[in-house]
Amino acid sequence: MSLNILKNSIRKGNVTIALDTSGLVCPPEIEKMGRELKKLIHAKFGRSFHIREVDTGSCGACESEIIACSNPMYDIQRFGIDFVASPRHADALLVTGPVSKNMALALKKTYEAMPEPKFVITVGECAFDGGVFKESYYVHGAVKDILPIALHIPGCPPTPISIILHLSQFLKNI
Amino acid sequence: MGYPKFLEEILNTEKINILEFRQPYPDEMYIKVEEKDFGKLCHLLHKRLNSAVKMFFAEDLRTESKKYTLYCVFLNEQKRSWVIIQQDISSDNPHFSSLAKDIHSASLFEREIREMFGIEPQGNPDLRRLRLHDEVWPQGFYPLRKDFTHSPENSSPNLQYKFNRVEGEGIFEVPVGPVHAGIIGPGHFRFSVAGEPIINLEIRLGWTHRGVEKILEGKTAFEAVKIFECISGDTAFGYSLAFCQGAEKIFCANVPVRSQLLRALYLELERMYNHANDIGGIALDVGFSFPAQFASLIKEAILQLNEKLCGSRYLKGINVVGGVRGDIDKTKQELICQELSKIKNDFLALEEMLFSSVSFMDRIDSTGILRAKTIRDLGITGLAARSGGIGLDMRKVLPGIYDSLSFKVIKEQAGDVAARLKVRCNEIKESINIIKQCLERLNTCPPQIEQKVQRAQEGFAIGCVEAWRGPVRVWTRINAQGKIERCKIVDPSFHNWEGLSFAVLGNIIPDFPLCNKSFDLSYSGNDL
Repeated sequence: MSLNILKNSIRKGNVTIALDTSGLVCPPEIEKMGRELKKLIHAKFGRSFHIREVDTGSCGACESEIIACSNPMYDIQRFGIDFVASPRHADALLVTGPVSKNMALALKKTYEAMPEPKFVITVGECAFDGGVFKESYYVHGAVKDILPIALHIPGCPPTPISIILHLSQFLKNI
Repeated sequence: MGYPKFLEEILNTEKINILEFRQPYPDEMYIKVEEKDFGKLCHLLHKRLNSAVKMFFAEDLRTESKKYTLYCVFLNEQKRSWVIIQQDISSDNPHFSSLAKDIHSASLFEREIREMFGIEPQGNPDLRRLRLHDEVWPQGFYPLRKDFTHSPENSSPNLQYKFNRVEGEGIFEVPVGPVHAGIIGPGHFRFSVAGEPIINLEIRLGWTHRGVEKILEGKTAFEAVKIFECISGDTAFGYSLAFCQGAEKIFCANVPVRSQLLRALYLELERMYNHANDIGGIALDVGFSFPAQFASLIKEAILQLNEKLCGSRYLKGINVVGGVRGDIDKTKQELICQELSKIKNDFLALEEMLFSSVSFMDRIDSTGILRAKTIRDLGITGLAARSGGIGLDMRKVLPGIYDSLSFKVIKEQAGDVAARLKVRCNEIKESINIIKQCLERLNTCPPQIEQKVQRAQEGFAIGCVEAWRGPVRVWTRINAQGKIERCKIVDPSFHNWEGLSFAVLGNIIPDFPLCNKSFDLSYSGNDL
């Protein structure tokens, strides 16, 4: 049976087709940076750097760009960075949004649920100081007033390339 | 008196005293009535126009007239106009008689009016707050009142939100959220299950409430555009456009044809990247990862095209009151043509991949059905309504530039996940057609793109845009100083979230992510 499958695949050759990505831009420095990143993560985090994301009132654009980091274009996973479903599995907490009053407790609890050592990384203008929402009656404004921040990634929203470059720079300095 | 025909007919049979009738724009008519007639007229119009309550909001006018004013907005689809019923409410012990008993689509709006203004909807059976959560916000602070100055100090009122409970032998409650497993906005879902099937789902939202409507007050129209772009990041263009259209009505600005074409083009690009995202999401949520990744590349291609056209992947910074910033020249037009044909080919391959997979179709077929009756009763709008047989598209009702572009309103009957997927797929194809038509017309169109707004004028108006989820509605009042006095925003998600809680009934929890993704509603747009 397995011999037949093997025969069949030798006869037919490679049946998957390479995707046409000529129009898409992923700058070559990402590849170079990625290789460095992989080495760093291998040395400092034992192969993988796991991130848990929390939205504390963002508009969703930052989320969209964080998700884009994992698409086949940038594929941050191949460098050893992965987004996980539980704070218990995470090395770092990625926070977006201006911390609405409703989300402050959930943010703290998520942070507390993480094992040590842990880092908090803020993404986007809102998480830095509240952005356009800083004067609102319902936001705390800055994540740094609630949790210790190790890194901020600026932008509204930051592009996937910017997110990857900042993470790489950050891991170098740990 | 020159009342419109439908109103004449109502007045012939019913005794209603109309205090004031105004039609400031061809597509908006304001009818002011006494307190006792308000409910009656709303009911009659609701039936007569076959329209859900599209907007329902209050305004604090106590400094001018010692009164609050309520506005209840219906849509007259045939005559292509908004019908707005107004009522004044006295400022001591403010209250009104609830419409929600008979018009369900008013219910959420009444809860909103109550928590933001402290105006009691008497007779509404559900008075729980939507956005100001009981755990962090004490009673008695009403942020949208003009005399609200600061939030309560560090209070923990220790109040608890009451979920609707299902009781009985073998009933389990499954709470999920607000922090979810994926990279997604916060919401709390409480499932009651009996065995496998969901018998009740209660969705508690408001987690991303940022007080957008209050922040907008006191801003100029030009400052406000940036805030509108941050209300729901995936609809940045739709939101800024809805606001600009309202403001342009107030300022009597004629937007040049070229700008209108560019706006249609960008709006369709926004629709395309979001639909691609959702089609991928639906595939991902049944574990069909190859097409999911393929769709994410299509989305990425459109985002990169956006960046090349205007410098922003999410189409921010384009709209201004009076037109758009930045033209699309010949080279950019060619770029769009090239990219579109590639995207179209990729998209057709993706569609083929999905619809030819029997196991995939088996998962989405007859999953998460939303019936036409539910759609009408709840006031579901946009794509979710079109998938269940209600073919309302604001691009046809209040078309603007779309009047001169030919396109079909995509409609399905089944109301299940498959129907919503099909509508998305077909809308992408229509969007490509619309963009092509825009490009053709840009060639022959005069180069002017921005109309200078001479001087800020006082007034109020509705702006409405059929964004990819559905109609984004914005009512704005601008004062004599050119500052925003009050702004009411309604996202299509506002009613559609409730639709989701009906669509999942009888389905199993593992199919919930699938149902959820097929609606793909906005947390931040709903919570404001």
